[in-house]
Amino acid sequence: MQIIQEALAGTLESSDLFVRVSPSEGPLELILNSEVQHQFGDQIRKVAQETFAKLGVSEGATVIIEDKGALDCVIEARLEAALLRAAGDKSVEWETLS
Amino acid sequence: MTLRRSMLFIPGSNAAMISTAFVFKPDSVMFDLEDAVSLREKDAARLLVYHTLKSSLYDGIERVVRINPLSTPYGKDDLEAAVRGGADVIRLPKTETADDVKELETCVEELERKCGREVGSTLLMAAIESASGVINSVAIATASKRLMGIAVAGFDYVVDMQTERGDGSELFYARCAVLHAARAAKIDAFDVVYSDINNEEGFLKEVDVIKRLGFNGKSLINPRQIELLHNAYAPTQEDVDYANRVVAAAEKAETEGLGVIALNGKMIDAPIVDSAKRVLSRAQASGVRR
Amino acid sequence: MDKNNHSAPGRSKTVAEPELFQGFAAKIPYLADPVAKLDRKLVDTVQEAVRRVGLKDGMTISFHHAYREGDKVINMVVQILADMGFKDLTLASSSLVSANAPLIEHIKNGVIRKIYTSGMRGKLADAISHGLMDEPITVHSHGGRCALIETGEINIDVAFIGVSACDAYGNANGFSGRSRCGSLGYAMVDAYFAKNVIMLTEEIVAYPNAPASIRQDQVDWIVQVDEVGDPAKISVGAARATTNPRELLIARLSAEVMEHGGYFKDGFSMQTGTGGSSTATVRFLEDRMRHLDIKAQWALGGQTGGMVDLHNKGLIGTLLDTQSFDAVAARSLESSPNHVEISAHYYASPMSKGAVVDRLDMVILSALEIDLDFNVNVLTGSDGVMRGASGGHCDTAAGAKLSIVAAPLIRSRIPTVVKNVTTRVTPGETVGVLVTDHGIAVNPNRSDVEERLRAANLPVRTMEELYQRAISITGEPKPIEFLDKVVGVVRYRDGTVIDTVRQVAK
Repeated sequence: MQIIQEALAGTLESSDLFVRVSPSEGPLELILNSEVQHQFGDQIRKVAQETFAKLGVSEGATVIIEDKGALDCVIEARLEAALLRAAGDKSVEWETLS
Repeated sequence: MTLRRSMLFIPGSNAAMISTAFVFKPDSVMFDLEDAVSLREKDAARLLVYHTLKSSLYDGIERVVRINPLSTPYGKDDLEAAVRGGADVIRLPKTETADDVKELETCVEELERKCGREVGSTLLMAAIESASGVINSVAIATASKRLMGIAVAGFDYVVDMQTERGDGSELFYARCAVLHAARAAKIDAFDVVYSDINNEEGFLKEVDVIKRLGFNGKSLINPRQIELLHNAYAPTQEDVDYANRVVAAAEKAETEGLGVIALNGKMIDAPIVDSAKRVLSRAQASGVRR
Repeated sequence: MDKNNHSAPGRSKTVAEPELFQGFAAKIPYLADPVAKLDRKLVDTVQEAVRRVGLKDGMTISFHHAYREGDKVINMVVQILADMGFKDLTLASSSLVSANAPLIEHIKNGVIRKIYTSGMRGKLADAISHGLMDEPITVHSHGGRCALIETGEINIDVAFIGVSACDAYGNANGFSGRSRCGSLGYAMVDAYFAKNVIMLTEEIVAYPNAPASIRQDQVDWIVQVDEVGDPAKISVGAARATTNPRELLIARLSAEVMEHGGYFKDGFSMQTGTGGSSTATVRFLEDRMRHLDIKAQWALGGQTGGMVDLHNKGLIGTLLDTQSFDAVAARSLESSPNHVEISAHYYASPMSKGAVVDRLDMVILSALEIDLDFNVNVLTGSDGVMRGASGGHCDTAAGAKLSIVAAPLIRSRIPTVVKNVTTRVTPGETVGVLVTDHGIAVNPNRSDVEERLRAANLPVRTMEELYQRAISITGEPKPIEFLDKVVGVVRYRDGTVIDTVRQVAK
């Protein structure tokens, strides 16, 4: 999946996260700021990497996450929403998301 | 018998509520993709509800998803997310005719086959929100074997009736009609939300009315209403004592092979035994009324 | 208890050969000066008062924190002492708050070298957690502070006591003047034990200012200042009953634990804490008290409008008050004869001849973390940084017949129930019940209570079950990384070291 435009998803409210995806040159870059960085930073990165793999995003994008203590299911959902929006993709291929 | 007293609305876009509302232990939750979600957040809410359904957060609670009407650009995608996610029930808003339910049933079955879910495992419920919906409620209630219940939704209905929410008299016919349709079809019936969340007294008054009418329960918009509702539906200690005696008498009749159940010299018939069992299941769920 | 060295000049240490009488004012010269006789304690500036008490580098200064986030005295006085060139002072405030961030500079500049406090928050706590000080701070409970003072470890050379109003001799209470903080329970301890007392007041009122919480025979010098504190910031929105459904759920369960735990009998006693959740607990409890016709003989605290309300309705006989958390409580302290101001020593000191906490039936407490052995952390956050206070937590837990900790099982993604607390403030053996939004756990050493709660159909789980429940939702948190340097020493109420806080790795 190719990132063609800047897109946002989520909020900065507690238990949510805010994701900003923008097109860029070179490899995929993930910038993570989290309220629970110490305890769950690694886990959040893992969920993010799995989501990138699922959607086939491996380059040409910068992804910034502002996490407010979201649970994994919220992180996945917000990341997917932002990436799909950034890819200009209106239809979800549900098969790939499970 | 499945207890469905409380159905808690959770906006499908609200991560904080989704991440905590299971602690309130409503009988059912209804993740809303329709009115509570703005048009530009439909895609994100759909994904959030999908991943929530796939998680174990709401284990032990019946999970209902309110989709957008199938006639909108969102309805089909909502349905796919809900069925694939593993929703227990799909709630169809603004149901006007039996055909609305049948169309939904066809789509659900198609999706179940596509994603490998057991055919028939997704239940349906229909919300009736207009005069014509109320008129057609008997046909709607019997439109699909998957229907587990029908609900009156007050907001759109009162607008359609050119009136407004008041003391409940404006809902008098709709409540009675939908409830009768549900009972005739042997499915559950749910009452409207009570939106003045700080008015406990008014809420409890309304609960008293709909409980007497015979509704299984009510849609709720604030978790604080759950405990109040469950307590109002909880039987009194006298009810429980009597129900225990009825069930004991029924079991005794069963083991002794008697055709007739008797308690204190009076004959008891099957509906009374069923009612006693309902009382005991409510007592087991949330104790005795305080 | 006579430490007022300048107002008791007649007592000589060399008693062998008494001097001969040389006139009524020879030894007490101010008696001969009609102005000095009445106004001798009044000085124009804090600097002047400091010079008169003879403060020196390395000495110990103390403060009370009754104004909490609204306090103006601590920062002002330490700034003056810094400007006067003092170094290496020990700061012994009954507690510190976010508003004390300016102290960071004074620590860096060597004005403050050691700190004793019940807790700290905000930027100051953050800086100290990251290694700002050479010497670790000492964290004590309210009762434990009194014990450290009484044993002489905290040896207060000068107590600076901010009050809204006092008379020209230094009689002060917390409800005269315009900035009323209510109970002066912390300051009463300092006035009693300090070698010198400098009172900072917004107003000098007519003599005698009665009743006197801080008495004229304890006060050395009086300085009038523009402001000592803003009572509006004592509780930042804490006293209003919550409408948060999750807090209400916990409050309702807490009230049910109080009702069924075995101590809900006519004439019972309680302390309920001050957050929105505990205010809601009180409301639920009121309902049960009326329903079962049960009244409380007394309640302890940390008093709030919620408790005053029950007191006024006749449901609580006496309110014992170390700290008034809102204006309603402060007013009630003034107007109700059965709303009684008590010192922290009377409240909770294990070395006092009688601490009220020892007579408590039930207390509701909070927790940042609680572990499988029921140990409680109310000091360090999940990132290892200090952001709380010991307060009366371990004092009341030790004294009460049943201590109940109420907290959400998860805060955003951080579990409250953990394998081992980051910092142990209150030992698990003194904690009876944990109430969360996912159920209740009862300490195995309280099987009597567990039996009663189960009989009442309350959702009793094991602590391990609550822990597993939390982890199943949040995932397992990675342990926080600490460096070797100790930045805080946590003292139990009896003075022993119960834990240390180490510097967090950046």
